[in-house]
Amino acid sequence: MASLHFLASPARFRRFSERVLPFLSIATVLAVLVGLYWGLVVAPPDYQQGETVRIMFVHVPATTLAMAGYVLLALLGASLLVWRHPLAALMARATAPIGATYTAVGLVTGALWGRPMWGTYWVWDARLTSFLLLFFLYLGHIALSRAYDDADRGDRAAAILALVGVINVPVIKFSVDWWNTLHQPASIMKLGGPSIHLTILLPLLWMMATFSLLFVLLVLVRTDTEIDRRRLEAAELAT
Amino acid sequence: MIALVALFQRDLRLMLRRPADIVVVLAFFIVATALFPLGIGPEQNLLARIAAGILWCAALFAALLSLDRLFASDYEDGALDLLLLAPGALELAALAKCTAHWIVTGLPLAVLAPLLGLAFGLDEGALAAVAATLLVGTPTLSLIGGLAAALTLGARRSGALLALLALPLNVPTLIFGSSAIEAVTTGMGFAVHLAILAALALIALATLPWAIAAALRQAGE
Repeated sequence: MASLHFLASPARFRRFSERVLPFLSIATVLAVLVGLYWGLVVAPPDYQQGETVRIMFVHVPATTLAMAGYVLLALLGASLLVWRHPLAALMARATAPIGATYTAVGLVTGALWGRPMWGTYWVWDARLTSFLLLFFLYLGHIALSRAYDDADRGDRAAAILALVGVINVPVIKFSVDWWNTLHQPASIMKLGGPSIHLTILLPLLWMMATFSLLFVLLVLVRTDTEIDRRRLEAAELAT
Repeated sequence: MIALVALFQRDLRLMLRRPADIVVVLAFFIVATALFPLGIGPEQNLLARIAAGILWCAALFAALLSLDRLFASDYEDGALDLLLLAPGALELAALAKCTAHWIVTGLPLAVLAPLLGLAFGLDEGALAAVAATLLVGTPTLSLIGGLAAALTLGARRSGALLALLALPLNVPTLIFGSSAIEAVTTGMGFAVHLAILAALALIALATLPWAIAAALRQAGE
């Protein structure tokens, strides 16, 4: 986090985001286009999953970034509570709905994939349940941060919640190892290298990068909006 | 330490002076549990199978009911500001208040639940498991509930928000609590489940007082 301290002031963040956003937007659009073509046309159907394997190109990046997003939320919460960074609160406010949306995308694509593969949209195994809890934790964070007339109070309360709730992230990650789940265990990040054929692994990694770019882009844009909102509110109070 | 004991006694006395608040929680627990046989139908085998989950869920909801007053009355009459100013750790004060809450809700629920289990046709072993799991599990519920109550102090729609925050965090306790009872009814021991419940309670005991104190501090600012 120390390297990010230079962004702590909203004004400096604004100059940074103004410089970065045009390039980031173009890169994201290009990455999405390439990813669509690669995932839908070039990548071969899986020998077991058939065409449904293409759902994984959305499901895996969405769920991974949903979890990473909550870790980011906890880090922002810590930096708000410890260093009182004004920007951390704004960025957390911007991040939570994006993370919640990624979580929802992960849940929906997982259900759509589960229907043809497992024969059911939903099972109450440890991975799916703990991931559903992540969605509720995001909702709690969003609701709590917006529940106070004094925005600062909401930010700090939500920061404490993020720090407590982050314990769920390792539980999700290791749920497939700790319990007997219908959800398959890790196949990319594991000892002995990934167990996926390159023709499918490469577009998957590409989509991972694409979803990360999109996540960063959305966080930056929404943080900018939050800065504007705070300034407007301050201006309204002043008049 | 003396101040802490005094705080604990004060909270307990305040709660006991309004026995209606405690009775309402227990009455809710009984009514909510009684609704399930009426809604599902009186088939004895089915009820005995799902009794564990029903009792635990109803206990979870009942424990939520009294939480909104846990810190709110102190917040409104200014006692919380004095607690914040007082020498001594706020963490321990938070722990004292959660303990008082547990004594007037978790403990009676654990005593009452086996009686309700009788109505669901649970055998003696399962009844003992109901009491044991609730006894070990409800402290965690009080601590997590205490955190949710502290976080939502002075918020709009704080009651609904409190439930939204506390219920997801209570899920691990619920899962291991009800699966312990189910393990007994299917003929296995429940020592492992009970040990996990105790571990959850200890983790909550070791970490949550700090989180509650942090939440109270930012509420007092």
